[in-house]
Parts: sequence; structure tokens; C-alpha cells
Amino acid sequence: MPKALRDKDRYLSILLIAPSILAVLIFIYGFIGWSVRVSLSKWKGLNPDYTWNALNNYLGLFSDPRFHVDVRNTVVFTGVFVLGCVLVGFLLAVMLDQGLRGEGFFRSLFLFPMAISYIVTGVVWRWLMNPATGTRTSGLNLLFTNLNLDFLVNAWHTTPKWGIAAIALAAIWQMSGYTMALYLAGLRAIPRELREAAQIDGANEIQIYRFIILPLLSPVTLSALIILGHMSLKVFDLIVAVAGKQLPLDVPAIYMWQTTFDGLFYGRGAAIGILLLLSVALLIIPYIRYTLKTETEQ
Amino acid sequence: MTMRFRLTKHWLYLPLVFMTLFYLLPLYVMVVTGFKSFEEVDLKTMWNLPSGIHFDNYIEAFNALAPSLKNSFLMVIPATLLSSALGSLNGFILAKWKFKGADIIFPFILFGMFIPYQSILIPLVQFMSAAGIKGLPGLVLAHIIYGIPITTLTFRNYYASLPHELLEAAKIDGADMLGIYRHILLPISTPSFVVVLIWQFTSAWNDFLFAVILTGNESWPITVALNNMAGSQIIAWNVQMAGSLLAALPPLLIYIFLGRYFLRGLLAGSLKG
Repeated sequence: MPKALRDKDRYLSILLIAPSILAVLIFIYGFIGWSVRVSLSKWKGLNPDYTWNALNNYLGLFSDPRFHVDVRNTVVFTGVFVLGCVLVGFLLAVMLDQGLRGEGFFRSLFLFPMAISYIVTGVVWRWLMNPATGTRTSGLNLLFTNLNLDFLVNAWHTTPKWGIAAIALAAIWQMSGYTMALYLAGLRAIPRELREAAQIDGANEIQIYRFIILPLLSPVTLSALIILGHMSLKVFDLIVAVAGKQLPLDVPAIYMWQTTFDGLFYGRGAAIGILLLLSVALLIIPYIRYTLKTETEQ
Repeated sequence: MTMRFRLTKHWLYLPLVFMTLFYLLPLYVMVVTGFKSFEEVDLKTMWNLPSGIHFDNYIEAFNALAPSLKNSFLMVIPATLLSSALGSLNGFILAKWKFKGADIIFPFILFGMFIPYQSILIPLVQFMSAAGIKGLPGLVLAHIIYGIPITTLTFRNYYASLPHELLEAAKIDGADMLGIYRHILLPISTPSFVVVLIWQFTSAWNDFLFAVILTGNESWPITVALNNMAGSQIIAWNVQMAGSLLAALPPLLIYIFLGRYFLRGLLAGSLKG
């Protein structure tokens, strides 16, 4: 190919990708920088105020009881949600990997909640988790009563202190199909011969899973933990749709929303946003590096 | 031996059916309640089947939500088409027309896929109001820009998987970059386009955060309207259930008919595409 043409193509390719790169640069990295600046300012009120405030917004958060509630809720939510999704997803994938009839049907069914908005999930679960008692009992509690499973009746998201775990249950309903899909893809990638060889060596089904399949699936588990973990840091829509914005179910994303757009405390709101970003980055940056590294090695 | 193995495996249907019930429970309540008549709607009988098929709830929910359903379509269609087109072009350049620094830029684009939008929300609102962009156009813009990472990634991975010889042959024949893109890559990109279009449609349709901050009363998409409906004391829960189904229907239909592609988008979203 003539050099002139090659140069023309090179300039053209840079020209064509420039708008996207510029957009990413401005709307992602520029805006993050802008948020950092807001988080270091005294901005509180309708009009922007960039007076330097050092780290005071962050320090204010660290000593703020509401933020402590948020951190605790995030930890509980993450624990229940991530563990639940990984366990349910793994077990479903193993069951569906046995070559049963109707596998495709089950797989599609377990995955369909993923297509739905968190808002829809939240609105429906809000009625399923209706905490009313006595003659007004309804939702899952009513179902449990009808099935003589009264010991399962509970106050769901209105349970003091642990209400956030009920929200995580709705989130597990929505996202466990996703971990199932990840594990199923991982299981399918394991060569048949490996299992057969182990069978010949006299390993039973459980031993095969424990010593061969589980270790081979650890990269999948790692991805699932990271992706689900970063999702739970961002949880917002689902809680709002189930319960509105109540303090016992508060999380950083809701606090950020309220303090910024209802309370006009932009400095503090930006600080929450940046703290969220930092915690996500802690999970995601090593993950991206690892993924791209294995990609080039292949 | 094999026979016994088979027999044991049939027990697996028990937990599978149990889980099926778990996944279908919310859908059951949504659909069943929607088809009840106003008279028979009662929280105490919420698990009972309707006496017949009644459309009262759907009609009322549709009347309340029609404007926002329209807004959702008006917003989602351009957002989906434009971000997919951008992603295809970017993916092509990053995979097959590497310029200096392409490999350095890519992870930075990827990271944008994962950021919590709370960290850019304040500047975004400030920018939109300074630029005088209001309502749906602003929302479309946000979905296009913040969709660039995932669309670029999906196309890049697809194009990167194609053999280099495909392009080399065309280059020898004297085709230039745009010629190669248009005549060689674009015709075989349909599967990737389907994946990306579905993904973008679903995520823009289901988005709440951008929608609630960038739109007002007149331009609310369905998620915001539904959430407000659920939060109000005036609208009965049976209508909310019918409304939920209306809001869930478009992505659900896509999932039912194009589930295979949906799954591929899903895996791409975790960098595993």
C-alpha cells in the first residue's frame, strides 16, 4: 500500500475516533475532576461556590452518623447479595450442567429478571414484602401463613437493623441468573476428558467438583465477586422503589442524592460520589488490568 | 451403573422446580393482579387467580403511563441507534486500525463502563443547564456518551476476533480504511449490532438515575413515572402491578425473542464477551 494512502487512513482513523475519545475525556474524566473540585469546596446552596474547603467535606462524612449507617448497610447488602448470587448461581449452573431435559427452558427462566428494570422489581417486591400484620397480612407473609410456614413470616425491609438484607433478597432474585450464566459458560469450557479421567481414577461426583471443577472455576468466581461487588456499591433504584428514601435503608447513593439535590449541599454530595468512585476503582482497575493481560497472552 | 446415575439425576428437578417458582412468583403476582377486576382486588386474596380476564387495571395504568411510555420510546430509539453506530466505528479503529496509543486509551474507555454515576452527576447537571439542554435530548445525550465504553468494547472484541488476512487481502486490492469498514466488516457485523442494540435498548429503557435527574414532569420516561406512581397514595396497588408489567414488557419481549443475543451482551458487560 502506498505510504500516502496509509498516512491518509491513519489520520482519518484518528479523526473518526476523536469525538468519542473527547467525549470520554470530558464527560467521564473531566467530570470526575470537576466533582473532585466540588468535593473540596464550600458549595452549599443554589449558586456554585468554589471556595477552598480542603478535605473538610470528607472529614465531615467520616464523623457523620448517617454515613456510618450507609457504610454498614452497604457492607450488609454486599455480603448478602454477593454471597446469595454466587451460591444460587453456582448451584443452578451445576444442576443445569447435568444434561437434563428442559435445560434451555430453566436457563431462560432463571435469567429473565435481568431484563427488567430495578424499578419494576422494586415495585413488585414492595408488595411481596408487605410487612402488615394481623388481618391485613399480605404478600409473601400471607403465602407463608397459607402454607403453614408461619415461622418464615417476618417484617422484611422494615426489620430493625437488618432490613437492608431483605432488599438484597430482591436483588438476588434479579441478579442470580447472571452468575448462573457466568458459571455455566465456565463449566462448558472445562474439557470433558478431565472429568472422565477423574472418574476413571475413582473420584466421585462431589470429589470431582471439589478438587477439579471448583478450582478451575475460580476465575469465574473472581469476576462474579468483582462485578456483583461493584454493583452493590452503586445500589440505588431498587431501594428507592421498594421503600422510598428512609434512613434505616440508607446507602451512599441515596445520601448523595438527597444531600445534593434536595439539601443543596453540593460539596458533601460530591465527596460521597468520589468516595464511591474510589471504592469501585479499587475493585475494577485491577480487574481491567488482569483481563487485558490475559487477553494479550492468549 | 449409568442407569442408576440417570435415576439419581432426576431428583434435580425438585430444586429446579422450586427455584422456578421463586423466579416466577413476582411475575405471577404482577400478571394475576393485573387481570383482576376492580371489585375482586384485595390484598388478602392477592395469590388467588382472577375470576376472569379483566383489563380494567391495564387500561387505567396505560392511561396514566402512556405519555411516559412514549417518552421512553422517543428517548431509547435514538440513544440506542447512535451509540451502537459510534461503538462499531470505535471498535473497528481500536481493533484493526491501531494508531499509536490505542492500547493505552482502551482501558481508560473501559473504566468508564464501571464508574458510579454519582461521581459525575453534579457536573452533568451543571453542564446540561449551562448548555441549555433540557429533558429528553439531554437524556439521549447522556445515554449515548455513557454508552460509548460498552458498545466500543463489544465491537472491538468482535472485530479483534476476525483474522487479519481478511483485511490484508482488501488492502492489497487497494481498498482504503472506510472501504474496508463498509464493504468487509459492516456486512458481517449484524450479530454484534443485535447484541449491542439489545443491550443499549434495555439499559436505556431500564435506567432510573439519569432519567430522574435529567427529566421533568413532561419528559419523564417510564421508570420515573412508575416509581412516582408507586410512591403515591392515590393509585391503587393493582394498577401499580399492571403498570409494572407495561414497563417491563418491551425489554421482556426482546429477551423472549432474542435471548441468545441478550446473554452475549451480558457476558460482554463483565468483559467476558
